[in-house]
Amino acid sequence: MMAMDRRRFLKITGLSALLGLGGKTAFEWLAPGEAEAAVQQATKIAGKKWGLALDVTLLDEEIMSKSIEACHAYYNVPNVGNAKEEIKWLWKETYDHSFPGQENEYLADKFKAKKFLLLCNHCTNPPCCRACPTKATWKREDGIVMMDMHRCIGCRFCMAACPYGARSFNWGDPRLASKALNPNFPTNPDIPTRSKGVVEKCQFCAERLAKGQMPACVEAANKIKPNAMVFGDLEVGDSNIRKALRSRYSIRRKPELGTGPNVYYLI
Amino acid sequence: MLDKALKGSSIYWGWLIVLLGFIGTGFLVYLYQFQEGLRITGMSRDVSWGFYIGQFTYLVGVAASGVMVVLPYYLHDYKAFGRVTILGEFLAVGAITMCLLFIMVDLGNLPRLLNVILYPNPTSILFWDMIVLNGYLFLNIVIGWNVLSAEKKGIHYPHWVTPLIYISIPWAFSIHTVTAFLYAGLPGRHYWLTAIMAARFLSSAFCSGPAILILFCLIVRKFTRFDPGKEQIRTLSSIVAYAMILNVFFFLLEMFTAFYSQIPGHMHPIVYLFSGLEGHAKLVPWMWTAACFAILALLLLIVPATRRNENTMILACISVFISTWIDKGFGLVIGGFIPNPFEKVFEYWPTLPEVVISLGVWAMGFFVLTVLYKIAVSVKEEVAA
Amino acid sequence: MYDRGKIVTGIVIGLLLFLFPVFYNVGRAAKEPDPVLTDKAKQAKECVEPKAFMKTEHMKMLDKWRQEVVRDDLRTYKSTSGKTYTKSLQNTCMDCHSSKSKFCDQCHNYMAVAPYCWDCHIAPKENG
Repeated sequence: MMAMDRRRFLKITGLSALLGLGGKTAFEWLAPGEAEAAVQQATKIAGKKWGLALDVTLLDEEIMSKSIEACHAYYNVPNVGNAKEEIKWLWKETYDHSFPGQENEYLADKFKAKKFLLLCNHCTNPPCCRACPTKATWKREDGIVMMDMHRCIGCRFCMAACPYGARSFNWGDPRLASKALNPNFPTNPDIPTRSKGVVEKCQFCAERLAKGQMPACVEAANKIKPNAMVFGDLEVGDSNIRKALRSRYSIRRKPELGTGPNVYYLI
Repeated sequence: MLDKALKGSSIYWGWLIVLLGFIGTGFLVYLYQFQEGLRITGMSRDVSWGFYIGQFTYLVGVAASGVMVVLPYYLHDYKAFGRVTILGEFLAVGAITMCLLFIMVDLGNLPRLLNVILYPNPTSILFWDMIVLNGYLFLNIVIGWNVLSAEKKGIHYPHWVTPLIYISIPWAFSIHTVTAFLYAGLPGRHYWLTAIMAARFLSSAFCSGPAILILFCLIVRKFTRFDPGKEQIRTLSSIVAYAMILNVFFFLLEMFTAFYSQIPGHMHPIVYLFSGLEGHAKLVPWMWTAACFAILALLLLIVPATRRNENTMILACISVFISTWIDKGFGLVIGGFIPNPFEKVFEYWPTLPEVVISLGVWAMGFFVLTVLYKIAVSVKEEVAA
Repeated sequence: MYDRGKIVTGIVIGLLLFLFPVFYNVGRAAKEPDPVLTDKAKQAKECVEPKAFMKTEHMKMLDKWRQEVVRDDLRTYKSTSGKTYTKSLQNTCMDCHSSKSKFCDQCHNYMAVAPYCWDCHIAPKENG
């Protein structure tokens, strides 16, 4: 056997280790897949392009508060207690903060004082999905911009990309939020909480849609005033939401950015 | 050649131990951040990127600047730079190390870091940033090591290194362009949504990086027997001068577009940074400091007498560093988030743990840099003997 | 041998560090896992899949489930026995195996694994 010097030995060992690891991975990748045992559930409400129309004339502060409560309670959204670490999926803002490009000094007082419900717009052309390096947020076929909490690495690029400030980050462990502010946490034992270090936002109640239920906020709002919120499939021409959009003037937030927001405000 | 890093003066070892102290402290505070979450930083729902990402952005620029010595030497046969290419390449290695570490400490869920490789998303600029940064790190390590090693043996470096060197030149431009694209493509952030972002990034990189390199060359000259050379430093200072002029010019272009058009979205972030919005003005003194140092730097760099005088040139380099660091490592990121998408102002300031962790990362970069520079300088001293 | 003193010292320190887990755990053998089925689980007689399969494959199955539920919106599982289940750790698996400490933790603690599922997924409240 020829004499081998230390350098050559190290090179060969290193390469073998790499190949060994790579070989194992390759073997697993190329191995035949398992039989698919996944089945589409029968109860799911299917759609092509989910959208939400908020009737600004019917939504008063009480209804808005109730729908926010319903949303945050259903999804165990903690009340962190300070604006810095705040997590909100659905919230209220005044006119000039909801539609900053539409400033109007002489706006009617009733609109100046009015609050609007804001949430993720589940855009048709979402910049957040382009930005996410791991596809932890992506646009589903039914239009919902979804979050995969298992995959999010917490880089917060999506938060920078979102022009609507719709996303919140878990700066700390949500389960450690103040007990005084979150007396019954978790409010919904059927839904997981999130861990620290991931981004979260409204997901148009994908879990509820799968069970045949309307989104929590819509259900809560319409219980008080029917049709205060209209949730439906924008692709279906005679859906309630399309009918509402045909009959009333509506605006969206920052449409000039080309994101194609699917939350409409019926004025 | 690594053995060259194991023999050094007491100053060398003392410096490394000081750095290890900062690294250790930073690491311990990072463990605290890992446990508690990023809530211990100053970042918030509105300003979701802060000091860490600002430092990352600044250091990508410093890394890219290695090309300012490599390009003249390899493409234009400017032989004088042969003495300093290795210092530029190793500076890039140290800087990229810091960049990667800053990204890592900023992640909410670091154990999932490999998801970027396992589940890549080619539409994401972060994905491409990961590729180009790691590629550039790899290029500089391989090129620097092999060229230095060949110099030590007194032979020409192996021929397969040559294509890598040529690739590294456009690659250097690409790393900072891609980093600029992180910002310049986001529709909701008007301070960043400008085509000139990449040009600004490159120009500030090419003045801050060589300025730092000049300072390092002077330190090398002072503490070792290797003198990078007066002509080399003089040429570098000319590069810094032109790049700084471009840098300031581009910024003034931004000011014109914002304030002549009078569009609120363009103006508000700049107004926040330089004069305060709605009573919030934390960054104002910093930005004006940056502006003053920029003017001082320009004066010292443009006037030939002060550029050629080494003492005033040192002052110029330090001014460039301070000015670009504040502008890019601080003002850029925060200015993008203020005002927030609802036109409200929520301010940001780094917390103490954030600063300590950042110092730990800087110390790590300096550690890598010191070790690599020690090796390079020892080889050069040996060859000269 | 050059530097014998330093090398031997180094080897001894290295061995001590390397074998530290053994020294540390001498005399502290972990309790053998004793997973206890709840009454509901005993009544159900069978799990989503047979016990032998679940023992070795539940990790992979749960990983597959979380991929399919969240990313593909396929929330129903058809087991080899023909029955359908909703894919959910906290609502299906832990509906029967409702005591994490008496069931899941038994083997996990023994094997010194700490799956982070319960950082988010809510384990049913346990009495006492």
